[in-house]
Amino acid sequence: MKQNKTTELLVGIFIVAGLAAMFVLAMQVSNLGSLNQGDSYRVTARFENIGGLKVRSAVTVSGVRVGRVSAINFDNKRFEAVVSMSIDRKYDQFPEDTAASIFTAGLLGEQYISLEPGGADELLADGSEIDLTQSALVLEKLISKFLFSQTSDSGR
Amino acid sequence: MLDWIRKLGRGGLRLFGKLGRGGLFLMATLGGIPAVLRRPGLLVAQLWSVGVLSLALITLSGLFVGMVLGLQGYNTLVDFGAEESLGVAVALAVVRELGPVVTALLFAGRAGSAMTAEIGLMKATEQLSGMEMMAVNPIHRVIAPRYLAGILSMPLLAAIFSAVAVYGGFFVGVGLLGVDDGAYWSQMQAKVDLYEDVWNGVIKSLVFGLVVTWIAVFEGYDTVPTSEGVAGATTRTVVHSAFAILTLDFVLTAMMFGDY
Repeated sequence: MKQNKTTELLVGIFIVAGLAAMFVLAMQVSNLGSLNQGDSYRVTARFENIGGLKVRSAVTVSGVRVGRVSAINFDNKRFEAVVSMSIDRKYDQFPEDTAASIFTAGLLGEQYISLEPGGADELLADGSEIDLTQSALVLEKLISKFLFSQTSDSGR
Repeated sequence: MLDWIRKLGRGGLRLFGKLGRGGLFLMATLGGIPAVLRRPGLLVAQLWSVGVLSLALITLSGLFVGMVLGLQGYNTLVDFGAEESLGVAVALAVVRELGPVVTALLFAGRAGSAMTAEIGLMKATEQLSGMEMMAVNPIHRVIAPRYLAGILSMPLLAAIFSAVAVYGGFFVGVGLLGVDDGAYWSQMQAKVDLYEDVWNGVIKSLVFGLVVTWIAVFEGYDTVPTSEGVAGATTRTVVHSAFAILTLDFVLTAMMFGDY
């Protein structure tokens, strides 16, 4: 009977260890730990071209992550991309004329949205739209622009 | 020539016969699971021999797989100046693939073969028919607890393997090779998705558990009741399990991570 109790205890420890390992994988290894899905408010912005931006890409201000891209849609009438961002409720002091630009982390890194606060008195609130936006730089466009200017220069 | 075709036909019939017996056997086993839940003592005893006794093997393998990944990943990444991504590389490789697959392979060798040999010997020494004579259903009493224990143990073992491997990679990368501590975890947390990566890994290990344990108990139950038959069944368990794991891994990966 004693043997049986030790067995039961060790099996219990095994199950707890397995579940703890899953918990570690969820909290420490995956993005759940860095996701504060608590209080956030939603802001939208329209871009001509979002490049490689994805849902869950970072939204930063001065390089600090303040939120994530929550949805990307396409406006069929104005032919623009509509990006919804959920921004942490802690950071609710952004002026209404904040500008949003899509940048790339490193040369070939992931794309993210950078917000640059303006100077208006009104603040961004849940559901407001950012008007000042700058699209992603598409590398091919840059190269073709560069080549075009080169050839037109040499033709002169 | 005719003889050869007849042999082919016989092989085909045998294969389909076996698949059919395996399917019916699986149904009977699943039907026996409620009976196991009424007698949890049987399940605990099996969790002990299948799960707890595999723990040392799984933990050590996980540690060393993680350490090797840390070492190899570092040597490759340092050429691109991207050694900060070591955490992502180790975590993705382990959580998506190596955790479930290596655990399942080790499980088939460690626990699956033992299960087959045990059940096969029970059959060879007519313990199973003895149970039937005493109106005890051997599937409820012997097979179903082992099957359930295998299914429950596999995801737990795979999770332990993955977690230990991530720390093994951390130990080598950060401790020995000098990758930045914060970058190891933050890059990992930024790139590893809970549902896409971790949860899919758990699903994989669950599927492997279902299949490997099924093969193990069925080979034992279906064995030719001689010592030679038991030996053959044990070998088949390991070989078929390994084949099934690697094939299913490709199929599951294509379904989970392929873009179609």
